[in-house]
Amino acid sequence: MSFVEYGETIKDGDTAIVFLGHESMFPVKVQHGTVTQTKYGVIRHSTDLIGKKYGSKVTCSKGGWVFILHPTPELWTMNLPHRTQILYSTDISIITMMLELKPGSIVCESGTGSGSLSHALIRTVAPTGHLYTVEFHQQRAEKAREEFREHGVEHLVTVTNQDVCKNGFGVSNIADAVFLDIPSPWEAIGHAKSALKAEGGRICSFSPCIEQVQRTCLTMEEYGFTEINTLEILLRVYNVRTISLQIPDLGKAAEDNSSTGFDSSNPSNQGSLCPNLQQGTVQFKSGVPLREMVGHTGYLTFATKS
Amino acid sequence: RKIIFEKQWFYLDNAIGHIYGTTFEVTNGGNLQPKQEVEETPTETKEAGTDNRNIVDDGKSQKLTHDDIKALKDKGIKGQEIVQQLIENSTTFRDKTEFAQDKYIKKKKKKYEAVITIVKPSTRILSTMYYAREPGKINHLRYDTLAQMLTLGNIHAGSKVIVMETCAGLVLGAVMERMGGYGSIIQMYPGAGPVRAATSCFGFPKPFFENLHEFPLSKVHSLLSGTFSTETLPSEPEENTPVEEESNGLTDGKQISLQETEEEPAPEAAMEIHQTEEQETLDINDDVEFKENKEKESKENVREKQIKQWERRRKLAEAAALLREKNADGLIVASKFHPTPLLLSLLEFVAPSRPFVVYCQYKEPLLECYTKLRERGGVINLKLSETWLRNYQVLPDRSHPKLLMSGGGGYLLSGITVVLDKGKSDSTLLETLRMEEPSPKRCKVQDLHC
Repeated sequence: MSFVEYGETIKDGDTAIVFLGHESMFPVKVQHGTVTQTKYGVIRHSTDLIGKKYGSKVTCSKGGWVFILHPTPELWTMNLPHRTQILYSTDISIITMMLELKPGSIVCESGTGSGSLSHALIRTVAPTGHLYTVEFHQQRAEKAREEFREHGVEHLVTVTNQDVCKNGFGVSNIADAVFLDIPSPWEAIGHAKSALKAEGGRICSFSPCIEQVQRTCLTMEEYGFTEINTLEILLRVYNVRTISLQIPDLGKAAEDNSSTGFDSSNPSNQGSLCPNLQQGTVQFKSGVPLREMVGHTGYLTFATKS
Repeated sequence: RKIIFEKQWFYLDNAIGHIYGTTFEVTNGGNLQPKQEVEETPTETKEAGTDNRNIVDDGKSQKLTHDDIKALKDKGIKGQEIVQQLIENSTTFRDKTEFAQDKYIKKKKKKYEAVITIVKPSTRILSTMYYAREPGKINHLRYDTLAQMLTLGNIHAGSKVIVMETCAGLVLGAVMERMGGYGSIIQMYPGAGPVRAATSCFGFPKPFFENLHEFPLSKVHSLLSGTFSTETLPSEPEENTPVEEESNGLTDGKQISLQETEEEPAPEAAMEIHQTEEQETLDINDDVEFKENKEKESKENVREKQIKQWERRRKLAEAAALLREKNADGLIVASKFHPTPLLLSLLEFVAPSRPFVVYCQYKEPLLECYTKLRERGGVINLKLSETWLRNYQVLPDRSHPKLLMSGGGGYLLSGITVVLDKGKSDSTLLETLRMEEPSPKRCKVQDLHC
């Protein structure tokens, strides 16, 4: 396993995702002799995991079962231990595309935070690219280093423990793209510009507040960035449900029942609409929005250095 | 070569040698390179009104007439100067608020100062462009939706990805960009051959195409049922000696070619599309210079076709072999077809614990697809989603959302494959699902009775 390369079977030292169902999952570090407790019982790594195929069903001690999944940056994002607020895959995907990242890209990032975006960036720029990530919080920087080592991607990333607003990214003229997720991105725009390649590159700044965006845009303009563009992306998830709506009784039920009741005995009509008039209901499939959705994560400001 | 863009025509010759991102001004037919940063004419009149209470729309505020403006244009006067003239001859300009003046200048600049920036192709640029210009050709796949697909599909270097798209090759190009030439892609295509009009816009280097395979959708069934192999097997041993085949003479080859055209008319047509461009130039030469050798030519043509056919066949067999391993690392579907049958068949080729993403312009087919996948089993974490994209205008004291793009961007169904159970547990799971569904209905009926 590695976060940048698929493996077929589970090996000692791998990070695997245990899938319990209904979006409930957690990561495990696979180790000989270790056991993991789930609500379905115990998983013994040596016998239940190591050597098995990723994607297989593992039966736990209480007879329940779980699926063991190959780690991906997206699954990691959903399961990682939070040390800070993190970026989720919806924002990450548009960032990756708008920064024009691909294998071989050199990217600068700050701050590293919990490494949610870092893993996705590394995945995209591998095997020939590199990520320079700057985190001013020493403990977080170290924890991130440790994770990258565990996940088999340390050769693709350099973690620097310094203040990006004061000391920059520690590199100059090598980056294709810069990403900023810090409270005062405008203080790092100058450093971002010098980190980018002389022939140009892309920059993105993530800020939750419009005032931050305002200042960032002004500073970007001062530094000669072009194509400045601010956007926001929202994810809507739908639950697939079969809904039945009751037919109102308008008083001529007797007549209708006799005529359409005949129709509903036709078994073919199993499409999206399924009148079931004996019971006085109509059934259909619907994509129902979740009761609550994320309304705002942050504004993404993109620009080009050319 | 003459190119028309936004009602302007120009030649690209002058643009060569400049770095990407250079801005050009269009003159009479050629390109002129102006400075990167046009020196903003310092707005000498800092005079501005505070509100529009005295501004009356009488249609007479602009003192220059239509003909005057046209005359200025015909004289070939710089756009910048025309804008300046318009401002000077606007009676209301000074009374407008500072913001309104700004807006006025911007609008006029857009109209009279034609500047063109030449940028490097990328998924970002091309998907934005296609969505704005030809949304119909890419099934209204908005660029943020495409971005989601690439991420949800965990597209990265070294994977083996199956792509089924009817988006002019845009999705294929996006996948190729993310894979950077590492790993392999098998493109499933309907009809005569894969469409790659958008793919060619990316300007990928040749090596990127070495591991790009294609396989006709119409052969999927035979491949799955195992009847496909018998069709292609006979040709495989011979393929190893294409040079010999060439010298073997034509009769032998012709027979085989006849067989083949029956078997696989699709790839041939595909190749022809590819060839037309190259052949057009060749054909002209043929006509003028080699008229006498026409017969020889045609023979050679037949032979050439032969070679190409073998080549095609070899690629088809390669693609089939790759699919037959059933260990693809992902599946991306974005087509005009109903997604359910595509997914139910193509998922067979994907290894367990791998992501898949289906795009559809409409939600309803994905609802059905969701249900069918649940029945089939072998997938988890199914998610039906949509993204909304909102662009902002950010200016001092004038920041607000630009336009809300909702709907129209399409829907995604994504999930992860798992090992498919051979036993009963699937059907029991199904039963439990079925049990779950009608129960609320029963409750309601009971409620009614009470």
